[in-house]
Amino acid sequence: MTREPVDYGDEIPFISVLDENGDIDDDLMPDLGPEVVLKGYRTMLKARRFDERRLKLQRSGRIGTFAPVVGQEASQIGTISTLRKDDWFVPSYRETAAGFWRGLDPADILVFDAGYNEGISIPDDARDLPNAVPVGTQMLQAAGIAHAGRLRGEDAIAMTYFGDGATSQGDFHEALNFAAVYSAPVVFVCQNNQYAISVPREKQTASKTLAQKAVANGLPAVQVDGNDLFAAYTAARDAVKRAREDGQPGMIECVTYRIEMHTTADDPTRYREDDEVEAWRERDPLDRLGDYLRDRDALDDGKLEKMEKEIEAEIADAWERAEARIEELEGTDPMFAHIYAEPTQELERQRKAMARRAPQEVHAGEDSEAEEDAENGKDEDQVEGDGEKDDG
Amino acid sequence: MAELTMVEAINLALHQEMARDETVLVLGEDVGVDGGIFRVTRDLIEEYGEARVMDTPLAESGILGFSIGMAMNGMKPVPEMQFSGFAYLGFHQLESHASRMRWRSQGRFSVPMTVRMPYGGGVRALEHHSESREIFYTHMPGMKLVIPSGPRNARALLLAAIRDPDPVVFFEPKASYRAFREEVPDDEEVMELGRARTAREGGDITLVAWGAMLPRTMEAAERLSEEGIEADVIDLLTLSPLDYETVVDSVARTGRCVVVHEAPLSYGPAGEIVARVNEGCFLSLEAPVARVAGPDVHMPYFAREQLYLPDSDRILDACRRTLDF
Repeated sequence: MTREPVDYGDEIPFISVLDENGDIDDDLMPDLGPEVVLKGYRTMLKARRFDERRLKLQRSGRIGTFAPVVGQEASQIGTISTLRKDDWFVPSYRETAAGFWRGLDPADILVFDAGYNEGISIPDDARDLPNAVPVGTQMLQAAGIAHAGRLRGEDAIAMTYFGDGATSQGDFHEALNFAAVYSAPVVFVCQNNQYAISVPREKQTASKTLAQKAVANGLPAVQVDGNDLFAAYTAARDAVKRAREDGQPGMIECVTYRIEMHTTADDPTRYREDDEVEAWRERDPLDRLGDYLRDRDALDDGKLEKMEKEIEAEIADAWERAEARIEELEGTDPMFAHIYAEPTQELERQRKAMARRAPQEVHAGEDSEAEEDAENGKDEDQVEGDGEKDDG
Repeated sequence: MAELTMVEAINLALHQEMARDETVLVLGEDVGVDGGIFRVTRDLIEEYGEARVMDTPLAESGILGFSIGMAMNGMKPVPEMQFSGFAYLGFHQLESHASRMRWRSQGRFSVPMTVRMPYGGGVRALEHHSESREIFYTHMPGMKLVIPSGPRNARALLLAAIRDPDPVVFFEPKASYRAFREEVPDDEEVMELGRARTAREGGDITLVAWGAMLPRTMEAAERLSEEGIEADVIDLLTLSPLDYETVVDSVARTGRCVVVHEAPLSYGPAGEIVARVNEGCFLSLEAPVARVAGPDVHMPYFAREQLYLPDSDRILDACRRTLDF
């Protein structure tokens, strides 16, 4: 008879490379050239300025609700920058910085934010999934994507993003379990930003770490300082290598903070103390990386000013392009696009019926039919079902 | 040509399609070594191996979410839900992702997966094993719902479903799994999705049914025939997209219609079909369209399930009311 600890064969390391003064741990510091680090910094800055602009656009009613990324830029750039172009990016809904790294056009995001599906049109060569709004569901798809790639003989991997709240979902556990059972090369990136809307981390779960939930499913897991680009990068680089070379999934918990609101529909002052927010502002990932770059003469006031101006111009240009596109997105037809590979007869009938109510959308070749129907006294309002054999 | 049960016919379809297309794979609880609890996936694992016949962890959302991912990355998964009554844990993946991925990605990603699930009552099973919830899937844009009625069309429709570029829920009427045999051609036969079938021709009344209700409806039609009343019986086969034109064409000729399903009456599939008949041939109607359905109760435990399910007596009563109106 015994009573002794079970060796579950794993541990959860915590990685921190860059401290709050901009100093680094030389032993852990990844071998990154200054250009890459500067590109990372620039992408982080762009994501932040983009959100500041979006907030103004949202407050003035030009775009709808969105989820700001402010505070989480390092955890996103640190992890996403370890991927190849042919790897898969499976986001939730707050991955603006990671999206920019992948080449996402800010104009597309703005068109989407303005309420048009067309903004999430994904280029044929991009292996980037659209935003997933339900919490945690996309992780299973990432595991399936990764597994299918392996079955087809590719060495591409998938990286998927989620928050602390997602670790309470069944799909989170099912995704980790499936990935581990099938050795699917997927890296799970948890951005533990301390709040699931208003519910703090300690009310979300009694686990000491979120990473340990991966250990229970048989995946190696690591916790990192999520406001430290180098820590996030180091953990992701190792996880990507294990996934690509050994087909081993892994999980990274980035301990970070969502400085802004959950979405623009939310008021975080109801559930967070100013002191707490201020304490995290002190650990701002952008400032920290900026100090690192300045200490090494890779950045100075002049360079930063130039960078800010370029970003400002980029964002202004994006909004200009977005506005121009939005003006062309009138009408009801686009609602019917991409429901099925081939539209069903019934969908075509409904599309035409609605187009008749929106004259600006009537297409060449259909005008005569619409007029003819009107003359014949057909009830053209009935998308609700006029039962006509209107296969035109 | 062989005389097959529906289970054997579906198994044949899986064998044939897996041989033809190496991206097709089957996954689910007990589908591998055990061959599925109904033996629908029998011997597949011996022929195609564990990589393509996957015994999965017991998690419906996991099976469907994982399948969606595989479908987006070049495979054609055919996940099995052991019973439709357990599929609700995966419903979220179907509604929130499978049915929307093409639309949400503006055509970049498609989800060519076929979710097989046995549905319906009549096999004396436990609670949650006998529901008939086709309406959940027909009300989901981007999804198709197919329900075969016999071995031959089960094989032909499953091949079509697997080859369809969109997600399909494939309801298998488990009461018909082994109830009868039918000749199934050895050669490949693929039916078009979204097309109803006229199972019996007649000019006096139109009966609409599908799945395990079709044999009972045919039985009612035969009994009517003995009285000199000939029914046109429409077997819908696909509930989404719905081939209402075939129904409307028939009712326009007969002037009378009875819709039969085992799902509960209220807000059931018959409601939609009645609406389509009203819109399409109201002036041809000689009587209100009648519905024969399950009552609005949970499927009772098996001692009473035959009382719940429409039988040929109930169908016949509805026909008589319609004919005498």
